[in-house]
Amino acid sequence: MKKSLGIICLFVAICLITAIYGDGFLTGFNLTNLTQRTALFSILALGAGVVIVAGGIDLSIGSVVCLAGIMTPWLLVEHGWSAWAVIPLVLAMSATIGLFHGVLITRLRLQPFLVTLCGLLLYRGIARWMTGDQSQGFQGEFEDVRSIALARFDVPFLGDYRLPATVIPLVILVVLIGLFFSRTVWGRWLLATGRNENAARYSGVPTAWLTTGAYVVCSLLAGFGGMLFIFDIGSAQPSDFGNFYELYAIAAAVLGGCSLRGGDANVLGIVVGAATLQVLRTAIILVGLGSQLEFAVIGGVLLIGIAADELVRRYSARRAEQTSRMQH
Amino acid sequence: MAELPVREGSVLARTVLRVTGIGRRYAGIPALTGVTMDVRAGEVLAVVGENGAGKSTLLKILSGVIAPSDGVIEQVDANGTSVPLQMENVREAARAGIALVHQELNLAENLDVAGSIFLGREPARFGFLKRATMMREAREWLHRVGLNVDPSTQCESLSIAQRQLVEIAKALSTQAKILILDEPTSSLSAREAARLLAIVKVLRASGVAIVFVSHHLDEVLEIADRVLVLRDGQQTGILNRDACDRATIERLMVGREIAAPAARVLPVDAQVRLQVQSLQTVHHRRHRISFEVRAGEIVGLAGLVGAGRTEVLEAIAGVTSSAGHASLDGIALTGNASQRVCEGVALVPEDRARNGLFLQDSVSMNLSLAWIGQHRQRGLVNRQGERAIVNHMISRMRVQPPAPARRVQTLSGGNQQKSVIGRCLAVNPKLLLLDEPTRGVDVGARAEIHAEVRRLADTGSAVLFASSELEEVLMLADRILVMHEGRILGEFAARDATEVAIMHLATGGTA
Repeated sequence: MKKSLGIICLFVAICLITAIYGDGFLTGFNLTNLTQRTALFSILALGAGVVIVAGGIDLSIGSVVCLAGIMTPWLLVEHGWSAWAVIPLVLAMSATIGLFHGVLITRLRLQPFLVTLCGLLLYRGIARWMTGDQSQGFQGEFEDVRSIALARFDVPFLGDYRLPATVIPLVILVVLIGLFFSRTVWGRWLLATGRNENAARYSGVPTAWLTTGAYVVCSLLAGFGGMLFIFDIGSAQPSDFGNFYELYAIAAAVLGGCSLRGGDANVLGIVVGAATLQVLRTAIILVGLGSQLEFAVIGGVLLIGIAADELVRRYSARRAEQTSRMQH
Repeated sequence: MAELPVREGSVLARTVLRVTGIGRRYAGIPALTGVTMDVRAGEVLAVVGENGAGKSTLLKILSGVIAPSDGVIEQVDANGTSVPLQMENVREAARAGIALVHQELNLAENLDVAGSIFLGREPARFGFLKRATMMREAREWLHRVGLNVDPSTQCESLSIAQRQLVEIAKALSTQAKILILDEPTSSLSAREAARLLAIVKVLRASGVAIVFVSHHLDEVLEIADRVLVLRDGQQTGILNRDACDRATIERLMVGREIAAPAARVLPVDAQVRLQVQSLQTVHHRRHRISFEVRAGEIVGLAGLVGAGRTEVLEAIAGVTSSAGHASLDGIALTGNASQRVCEGVALVPEDRARNGLFLQDSVSMNLSLAWIGQHRQRGLVNRQGERAIVNHMISRMRVQPPAPARRVQTLSGGNQQKSVIGRCLAVNPKLLLLDEPTRGVDVGARAEIHAEVRRLADTGSAVLFASSELEEVLMLADRILVMHEGRILGEFAARDATEVAIMHLATGGTA
């Protein structure tokens, strides 16, 4: 909890400012919407976080979102496949993409930045080619499948706020990944790998397997998130669906306390980080800054958040060193 | 240069640096107290002492890497007036004309010789290198240290002795008047060392003040005009050349009887645990080596830097690839590093910061990493057991302070090393491999680490270690294998071995 304090403060501050200066922030409709977007982006950010913890990076998340998201209605509507075949197939494809990244990075020792940068171009290109660059959508059908993302639950005492169903997979993922890092041997070993891969290898940690696993989880979550996104919005253009989503995911993980140097995990922080970014996007519109400023504001806030975090960390490290010296 | 007036050992030699009562405390514990000395132009001042006596602390203070907690350092000019130096950083020391040549060489391997000499001070105009000037000046400095290589040679193709000379040329090129050499001969063969000493004598004759740190007393006796002896962070004496003899220096260095550990007795019929047959490592493809280690036996690999000891240990641990056969208790070791850990092999690597420690993590995390893998319960960490083993290893290894949550980064070198060794001992390895088990560790921690290694061997495990320090090899090993350029040139039982005999083989001599 202490680790997440900084990002929680930032989150609360941005919420307060928006509530005071903007109209309609505290309406049930807006909050429901925010929850939905936070849940979807958190799922991507958790995947990005797992890779970052392992000392890597994944720039292909947005393109995997696009490929998985576009393939789902394409197979369901254009090719008439059954949802029972499409969903497992798309998830398996996403996991295979992660496996491909992991193998290139651990066996061929290519740099993660380059491998996933190529992935970013590759999967979007494939998605556009497959669909002939045509918009893909459910055309009002498949309501039952889409309800995975569209269902809302009433919550007592919260007025017209309705809890989106996407919160269910998010909570499950947060619990699983949280337990993975705190309770399982592989989680501990993944943290060790991110901190010092050599030392982990010398101590007998199967670092190549763990790193590959991290990329598989990341792409799998990106594919799953891509499906939820398309279920949510109904139709999308292969040329721009999922653009920049990898940056939102990475930014959320870093804001949430996963250092790009690897070895630091904070699962709750990642979710709060994703929420902060979504509130910020809404705030720009509600406060009336004009949506052209969106990227500039997000970039600025991100920079301030990261700098403040680093300064606080340095300060507390110095304090800890001084107290330990005095105890001596 | 040899024609310059020689003022060897003369009391008339001019003092250039006066050090009065300097000391340094780490976390309130003194590492060095009350050192007082003069450094004189045209003189070699040797600094001797055991490991942990405070030599490296003194060097770090003189070269501005750390600031002294007490005392004064004054620079003395030709008129005899002295100016106090605020030695707060390396640049300050460099301005005072002090240059340190490190024991571990720091040349950037991808640069050429000239580039290394002028690194950070490249002659340039408008940001463009003046390459011809650089080459010409580099050639002059190389000539001065008697190194006959072209300044455009890549550093990686130089021998260790040549690199040492490049480092000295680099130090001199900063217009250094005081040259500090830290263990300059520790990685050199006897012939190379003799040449280095000859060059030091030439530099002395040209008026450079030299501080020479070594634990080869023969060298010290040959070259030093005065000898400063340190013991346990205190100055125990400063001897003039005429008062120097081996016995006096040794008495001042040791001062007390170090309790020798009881001699270990091995059963004659102890089973062979580690069997290595025609092992071929990546760096020494031409040679194949074979040996064995028995249950309860501690075998030491002696040799110079680059003799191939690390490669042998890493090949057996599976962290680097190799050809040949290694088997443990008759079962071939074929898997990767993590499989070999499961089979009972543990390696304490040479470079603990790079390959051993998770510096930003807790002592607990560092100690338990291998143990949690061996004692997992359906993939989950046995957290109760983890706490117990961590506390057990902290008290067994005497990690100070005994705080599991402390970040390893904040511990002393000795306690960091204990954390790495503790991680290996926690899984009760059948074969423990240690590469430089006590590098940069003080005398007390070294004795504790050795005691724990012996304790493991007493339970029947096999131990194989490599050390560049003959003293350590003689102290810890039951049997000694001497390596030279990838081969095992000889073998000694510990009771028959002497430093001289090992050194003879380690430098390529014949048995």
